[in-house]
Amino acid sequence: MYFTDWQGKPKEAIIKLAMEQLLAFVRKEVYHILRDRKTLLVLFGLPIAQILLFGFALSNEVKNTKIFMCDLAKDNFSFQLTEKVHASKYFNVVGSIDIPNEADEVLRKGSAHLVMVIPADFSTKLSHSNSASIQLITDGTNPNLASTIQLYLRNIINDFRNQVFEKIELPYTIEVKSRMLYNPQLKGAYTFVPGVMAMVLMIICTLMTSVSIVKEKELGNMEMLLVSPMNPLIVIFSKAIPYLALSLFIVTVILGLSVTLLEVPIRGNIFLLYGVCLIFIIASLALGLVISSITNSQQVAMMISLMGMMLPTIMFGGFMFPIENMPIPLQVISNIVPAKWFYYAISGIMIKGMGIKSVLKEISILLVYGTVFIIISYRNFKIRLE
Amino acid sequence: MIEVNHISKSFGKAGEVSALSNISLNIDEGQLYGLIGPDGAGKTTLFRILTTLLLPDEGFAVIDGMNVVDDYKKLRKILGYMPGRFSLYQDLSVRENLEFYASIFNTTIEVNYALIKDIYVQLEPFNNRRAGALSGGMKQKLALCCALIHKPKVLFLDEPTTGVDVVSRKEFWEMLKRLKNEGITIFVSTPYMDEASLCDKIALIQNGSILSENKPSALTASFNYSLFGVKCNQMNDCRKTLTHWKEILDAYSFGEYLHVKTTKGTIGENDIQEFLLAKGLTDIFIKDVIPTVEDCFIDLMKTKKT
Repeated sequence: MYFTDWQGKPKEAIIKLAMEQLLAFVRKEVYHILRDRKTLLVLFGLPIAQILLFGFALSNEVKNTKIFMCDLAKDNFSFQLTEKVHASKYFNVVGSIDIPNEADEVLRKGSAHLVMVIPADFSTKLSHSNSASIQLITDGTNPNLASTIQLYLRNIINDFRNQVFEKIELPYTIEVKSRMLYNPQLKGAYTFVPGVMAMVLMIICTLMTSVSIVKEKELGNMEMLLVSPMNPLIVIFSKAIPYLALSLFIVTVILGLSVTLLEVPIRGNIFLLYGVCLIFIIASLALGLVISSITNSQQVAMMISLMGMMLPTIMFGGFMFPIENMPIPLQVISNIVPAKWFYYAISGIMIKGMGIKSVLKEISILLVYGTVFIIISYRNFKIRLE
Repeated sequence: MIEVNHISKSFGKAGEVSALSNISLNIDEGQLYGLIGPDGAGKTTLFRILTTLLLPDEGFAVIDGMNVVDDYKKLRKILGYMPGRFSLYQDLSVRENLEFYASIFNTTIEVNYALIKDIYVQLEPFNNRRAGALSGGMKQKLALCCALIHKPKVLFLDEPTTGVDVVSRKEFWEMLKRLKNEGITIFVSTPYMDEASLCDKIALIQNGSILSENKPSALTASFNYSLFGVKCNQMNDCRKTLTHWKEILDAYSFGEYLHVKTTKGTIGENDIQEFLLAKGLTDIFIKDVIPTVEDCFIDLMKTKKT
């Protein structure tokens, strides 16, 4: 065999030869990925660290909040109420003070986030006039936390009241019973798990793919590859395939961690979930190819991927800052960020258990993005150096 | 085998940077052809045009009957190319690199083993070593193996010996000679003038123009001046005084000597000795010098300027 002569060969033979090239190239890519231990560590460490951080450290949830009691009544009712507060998993009664004026010191020291004052006439008023007051003194330096724990405590106190007056029908009272659907405990994990997925997939697919192709250009390997009978599209395909597999694997890791550690449910169809991930991965890969076709240095490719793609993903993805609260122009801009649609579809499927019909709009938009990026990268692909 | 016809190429938005202007060359089948010139002379640009990577602005080139612009697909099957900045895959082993390049050309190491055997035996002890951990000379040998693995008809080597030690350079040229004997046409570029004499034919390139295209021996034979090598205690003063002497056409440093160019039959070694002594220089040593390719290059470069 002198050299490969594809002309005049049957189609099957040509496909077989192309497949061999593709296979060799994919194998080479897999070596690159597996041997770059540091990058691999970052790729797996990043989603795991993010899940753990968001899940346990950076949470707005009220859990084991320290409170002090100032029980001036010291009777049956007040003991019952204290018991009930302490029994809930949101609060820990860590101490008590004798006079309400000491509350200031306790909050200042940070020994507690909230002081609950039960007045001396609590039981009497409760039994005779059906209405008693309780004072909640909160540390207002973190207003969000303060109002959240007040809300939680109010619910517990309301519960207590309903227990006490179980049989008494109060005339003309309007009770607001609100219910948070899909996420009754207001768990933060429900918002950020789909968000972390969008971010990590963006990094792997767009950043890693564009950098790895540009690296071939920068080191001169692309020149040698171009001067070979290999169809340049095979180069592109074989770059994308290993990252596609890696992305799906990492999606599985994230989902596994979320379900087991953070107790986030997957209410919808798991195949639909993976299907949407696959579409988003392909769109992000194609975006990476577009970036690689317009740059010649790894640094530039990284900057475009990070600043141009990651930042909008975080800002307009919908999982960090609610898009509904943004000014109208920003809301309009957010529509062009693919991650937003991915986030909507994923949280819809995972948390609300939506079917394919409900996320059809998001899927179609992602498909359009993928197709457009693939066409652009195909059009931009250069068979020569300029 | 390779025919370059009036090729011009410029870069920049308005084409203001001219890289090549009106280049014409002719390389016969089975020749070891050298393109000699300093950095920035346009060697790489010409190589890229011939290897179908760049399009010429003007002119055309034909390799083995195929046009480098229109028949690029066919040409890419018969060309072997080793880019100047080529660096292999550092994280793949010697064997993996070679296997990879074999498979993208749809061949295997075994099929063309005979061709690369001489070079590859030196690499085989390091088969499992990563390419990044090889010495400079070894890397070049591996790169050459990769460029040869599909038995190309024409081999393009862009500065293959730049940054390689003297011994490895010598070995590399010996390998090129053996490949030439296999019938492969080799087009090699180098900034080292001393490698020129190892080629069958050379072209001197400077600022995107060909100064001369000839056999190395014919080129040096065409050097029509007397040439002396001069050494003394004060080399710098010596050069200055000599260049101001009307009998001297040119004086330039050449290794540890000054090369002094005069019109044939005007002055001899003794005249120069006396002249320098009169100027107060000591430890004078003068010898006759056979002109090298570098002397010719300097001569051609200066004549072109004036």
